[in-house]
Amino acid sequence: MVAPALDLKKTPLNDLHRKLGGRMVEFGGWDMPVQYAAGTIGEHLRTRTHAGLFDVSHMGEIDVRGPEAIAFVNKLASNDASKLIDGQAQYSALTTPQGTVIDDLLVYRFAEDHLLLVVNAGTTDKDWGWISSHQTGEAVKLENVSAQYCQIAIQGPQAISILQTLTETPLHEIKYYHFVRGQVDGVDSIISRTGYTGEDGFEVYAPPDKAEQLWSKILDAGNYGSEEGVLPCGLAARNTLRLEAGMCLYGHEIDETTTLLEANLGWITKLNKGDFIGREALAKQKEERIKRKLVGFEVTDRGIARDHQDILIDGQKVGIVTSGSPAPFLKKNIGMGYVPVEFANVEQNIEIDVRGKPVSAKIVALPFYKRAK
Amino acid sequence: MANVPDNLHYSKDHEWVRVEGDIAVIGITDHAQDQLGDVVYVELPKAGDEFAANDSFGSVESVKAVSEIFTPVTGKITETNDSLNDEPEKVNKDPYGDGWMIKMTMKSPGEVDSLLTAAEYEDFTKAEE
Repeated sequence: MVAPALDLKKTPLNDLHRKLGGRMVEFGGWDMPVQYAAGTIGEHLRTRTHAGLFDVSHMGEIDVRGPEAIAFVNKLASNDASKLIDGQAQYSALTTPQGTVIDDLLVYRFAEDHLLLVVNAGTTDKDWGWISSHQTGEAVKLENVSAQYCQIAIQGPQAISILQTLTETPLHEIKYYHFVRGQVDGVDSIISRTGYTGEDGFEVYAPPDKAEQLWSKILDAGNYGSEEGVLPCGLAARNTLRLEAGMCLYGHEIDETTTLLEANLGWITKLNKGDFIGREALAKQKEERIKRKLVGFEVTDRGIARDHQDILIDGQKVGIVTSGSPAPFLKKNIGMGYVPVEFANVEQNIEIDVRGKPVSAKIVALPFYKRAK
Repeated sequence: MANVPDNLHYSKDHEWVRVEGDIAVIGITDHAQDQLGDVVYVELPKAGDEFAANDSFGSVESVKAVSEIFTPVTGKITETNDSLNDEPEKVNKDPYGDGWMIKMTMKSPGEVDSLLTAAEYEDFTKAEE
């Protein structure tokens, strides 16, 4: 087994990943499992049909406290944090003055004067720098609390029944994008009905020294090792699951060169909530109409589209693939990418330049996959 | 531990060669398929195509990545394993058997002697890790 480079960060589950046969790779400065022995396809399918367990402890957490907490977050993030109630979470984005994306994040409201921002692993330091640079006065207190949490996601149709065996908290009462404080196997946790797979499921935040206990208990409760048991899932399955669900991944669909409106994230862009960084640029872009748009496509030829390949129409480059991959559950080769708005229509034929060979594809509606409710 | 049969020749690009008369049967090693993960797509040349040793003759793709595959010897393709179009997972399940990729007539059969033996290949993969 390859030893991690010395400067890579490790989650509290690093030793367990290795014991479980995790193949470790560098991701955003972290030493993370890309897959376990079952393989990406097996992990992906098990999450869709039963349950998958994910270590997402590498995500960053930033605490925002004080009487101005909501106003502060509303100045920096595009969604309207004032609409949150206690125990509710919201998908949002930190935007540049140009309306492009510094990061996407979840905003959790514990109280009127206490929010928690959950940000991407690779952008935590950048986000912390950006957010803390906007702090003025004493009305807001910020703290980077990333090291105080492990985060474990249990996802899939059986996630609720598996997790319920370990907690007294009635999980069915937690609505989608809501959370409660509760105990999981006796460990004080935040139990959040959120995820990044397109399935029902939960994300559990707990003290890092309890991570191995929770992870192992959830695997046991989910009959890990049996044909229909829970499987630990690596980053590769996490990526294919979110891609089938049509969700953006920072650094792929969204970054500091793409605006929220181009990325179909108008629904988290609340132009009428009051001023926020990037609002003016986004309002102007909305009025003038976007010129390019994020679309989903499926490959109709033999071949697999990959990130960064060119999208062609009539042999001319019109755009770029932001994520391209086989979709294990849909059994198709799919992708997302940007094209000029005049081509951004379902059924539009396109080609993907797959290492010099044009491969036929067509634009399809997003998301590719939607679970049956 | 990856399976490395004694009767094959190996390249440093993780292909194997089985000599059957003047025909070389070629595929990727157990170690290579394990490193790749689930194989979902294999692109192979056509019968009649000619390649020099170390030329790229196609690609093998997992969910996550694309890897080029190289001819360990010089020659002309006589047959390709078209069943991999529909069942690329054979490369994972049986890399030295049903997962074979191409057969070629060797231009200079002596070339296989410059390839690695099973023991040398095993040492090579250990050193890589």
